[in-house]
Amino acid sequence: MDGQLDLHAGEVTALIGENGAGKSTLVKILTGIYQPDSGVIQLDGAPVRIHSPADAQKLGISVIHQESVVFDDISVAENIFITARPTRCGLVDWAAMRHRATRILAQLETNIDPARPMRELSVAQKHLVQIARALSHDSRIVIMDEPTAALSHNEAQDLLRIIWRLKADGRAVLFISHKFEEVFAIADRYVVYRDGTAVGTGMVPGTSVDQLITLMVGRTVDQVFPPRSGQVGPEVLKLEGLCRKAEFADINLAVCQGEILGIYGLVGAGRSEVTQALFGLTTPDKGRVILGGHSIRIRNADEAIRLKIAYVPEDRQRQGAILPLSIQDNVALASLKSLSNLGFRNRLQTRRAAQQWIDRLQIKASSSVQSLEELSGGNQQKVVLAKWLQTDPKVLILDEPTKGIDVGSKAAVYKIVRELVQRGVAVILISSELPEILGMADRIAVMRRGRLRACFHRADATAEALVRAATDA
Amino acid sequence: MNRPAYKLALLGRDATLWVLTLLLVIAIGTVFPQFATLVGLKSVLDDTSILILLALAQMPVILTRSIDLSVAANLALTGMCAALFNHAFPDAGITAVIILSITIGTLLGAFNGALVWLLEVPPIVATLGTLAIYRGMVFVVSGGAWITNNKMSADFLNFVRADLLGLTLLSWLAITGSLLAYFGLKYTEVGRGFFVAGSNPEAALYAGINVPRMRFIAFTISGAVAGLAGYLWVSRFAIAYTDVAQGFELQVIAACVIGGVSIAGGYGTVTGVVAGCLFLGVIKNALPLVGISPFWQMAISGFVIVAAVILNARRGQSVRRRILEEPST
Repeated sequence: MDGQLDLHAGEVTALIGENGAGKSTLVKILTGIYQPDSGVIQLDGAPVRIHSPADAQKLGISVIHQESVVFDDISVAENIFITARPTRCGLVDWAAMRHRATRILAQLETNIDPARPMRELSVAQKHLVQIARALSHDSRIVIMDEPTAALSHNEAQDLLRIIWRLKADGRAVLFISHKFEEVFAIADRYVVYRDGTAVGTGMVPGTSVDQLITLMVGRTVDQVFPPRSGQVGPEVLKLEGLCRKAEFADINLAVCQGEILGIYGLVGAGRSEVTQALFGLTTPDKGRVILGGHSIRIRNADEAIRLKIAYVPEDRQRQGAILPLSIQDNVALASLKSLSNLGFRNRLQTRRAAQQWIDRLQIKASSSVQSLEELSGGNQQKVVLAKWLQTDPKVLILDEPTKGIDVGSKAAVYKIVRELVQRGVAVILISSELPEILGMADRIAVMRRGRLRACFHRADATAEALVRAATDA
Repeated sequence: MNRPAYKLALLGRDATLWVLTLLLVIAIGTVFPQFATLVGLKSVLDDTSILILLALAQMPVILTRSIDLSVAANLALTGMCAALFNHAFPDAGITAVIILSITIGTLLGAFNGALVWLLEVPPIVATLGTLAIYRGMVFVVSGGAWITNNKMSADFLNFVRADLLGLTLLSWLAITGSLLAYFGLKYTEVGRGFFVAGSNPEAALYAGINVPRMRFIAFTISGAVAGLAGYLWVSRFAIAYTDVAQGFELQVIAACVIGGVSIAGGYGTVTGVVAGCLFLGVIKNALPLVGISPFWQMAISGFVIVAAVILNARRGQSVRRRILEEPST
């Protein structure tokens, strides 16, 4: 990569770029994980060297990563001060740690108990703890990599307010995001990266979303969702009165062939739990699942796959893909039987299938044998999608499929989903992104705290109505 | 402010073991009153002291997602060296013997640590190898000879048996060790580093913790304590030979696991480990009284390990996030 970046105190600079454009690399250099081959980093005009995360922290640089950097067995307070525990006479001062943690968490307007083990927190709460960690360092430069990806609409708004406060304190914030509404809401300056190089920079008020996208992609892209076409067929899947203790209750949903059913809700509303029960990962306590007119019992994921149900999970790193394996091995994971002869894997067939998906989903990789570890988050997600599409599903469940993915890839995913739907696949789309769910879904169900609150047809659904139902405001 | 529920749940993991041990003592005490007397219990503590020291030293190793299978062999080798030294220089004094033991043990432990850190050998493989090497070296340095108490100086033998306020020095060493372990793991950066390194080794880098280096430190500590234990064992049993503490590493690891230390790293308590040791110690000392052969002891230990792991795993998972909100009327 050939990087260039200027950060100013008291300003939020948005770092924009497609997946694989070099943003993560830049962040890793700034935080001392990678060393640059050449070039200079200057702080206050003086050149500095950042050899390690400790160096970065000493220089006042802290970062909140896209994927959680948390320690589940350790308390929230200690997680916050993981790099700099308060000490007294060289020994850890637990009382001071708890006290300061409480104060910082109060600043973030959350009531997470600092003594709790991290393991008990939700994804969004874990993220807030990481932000608390950055705040605890009193850093001059705060780097945030897709900070609102795991947050609900309200939590994201809260975060933007916190960023505003950081700005007012005179800190420099580097804000990596794909959400243009947020960029235009909070950023003063922008820098766009494409294929490893900085291709444009300027002040945010002087630009537009279209201009930014053009810079990102190198060509104009219509930020519209593919138009709806094709017939909606007969009902293919129905959930009747589905309940599971402590997770969800009275879930009544139906989806037809060629239809996209969106499920909207705040993070932690129980949406994933419902689809996980549907997919056989957990067993519901009550209720029925009716597939193609027959009442069925899905006891595990294997049965679900055989019934042609596919589930693209939310957490790609842990549930979606096996990172050390190659692209082609990952693509084959759910279709091993069909890609084998008499128990032996057919590598040629596997490679062909993988290459097909690489082309169709525009996965940026050097070859089908490249390990997933080397791909960017967005490309990893595309491989996970490919794995499930390979099973030729009748019902496809997508759980936050475009979380942390750039505009270009999103458009590709939407196009594929539309094509699938046109061919008669029934899609359940769980999403927290309003534009996405409003643009793709034919019907939208809203969940809150484990229950269905509302159901909208595309024509009646507005962002305000959805948010209102999701928050019971 | 009243203690949150999860804190009590965590205490529960250790408390159950303490209660169980206590119940065992009471149960056996009713049938064999001499067991539950102060003298009897002190004897159990004395007998379990070396296990306590070794298990506490193994704890940082397991915390960092490693394992040290070579502790018993280390113990045997340093014990033999201590006995040989004492035999050659009986007037050198007990301090010299202790320093020698700890030094040799530290070097042996550091060797393990270097294999894991610098050569990136998986801990189980590295210590499986050194287990054999160190055990073999006992034969090499001793020439196969045994060193018995008539070749040991009075100082050498009396140290562990010395009485201080009613308890042997050996017992006091175990108590001191427990306190040191507790404070070290809770209040020092290195101590906290073990938990961080084991909880999430990939992320530990971002937290500024060098995981392989933490493992090196853990192995060195394990080795140092094993070294000291070498002298303590040889002195207590008044004998040094090739098969000293043969297979004892499994008892050490069992004590840790029973005491709630997670084999996956990142979690463990000193109170739990001590409880695990005492539990095993009570069983070991009670069985002969009850008339059950030592071979049953192994089976019982094994059963308890499995039960402990199942119980601990259950407890850890009992937290299911409450999503469903009960309907308000």
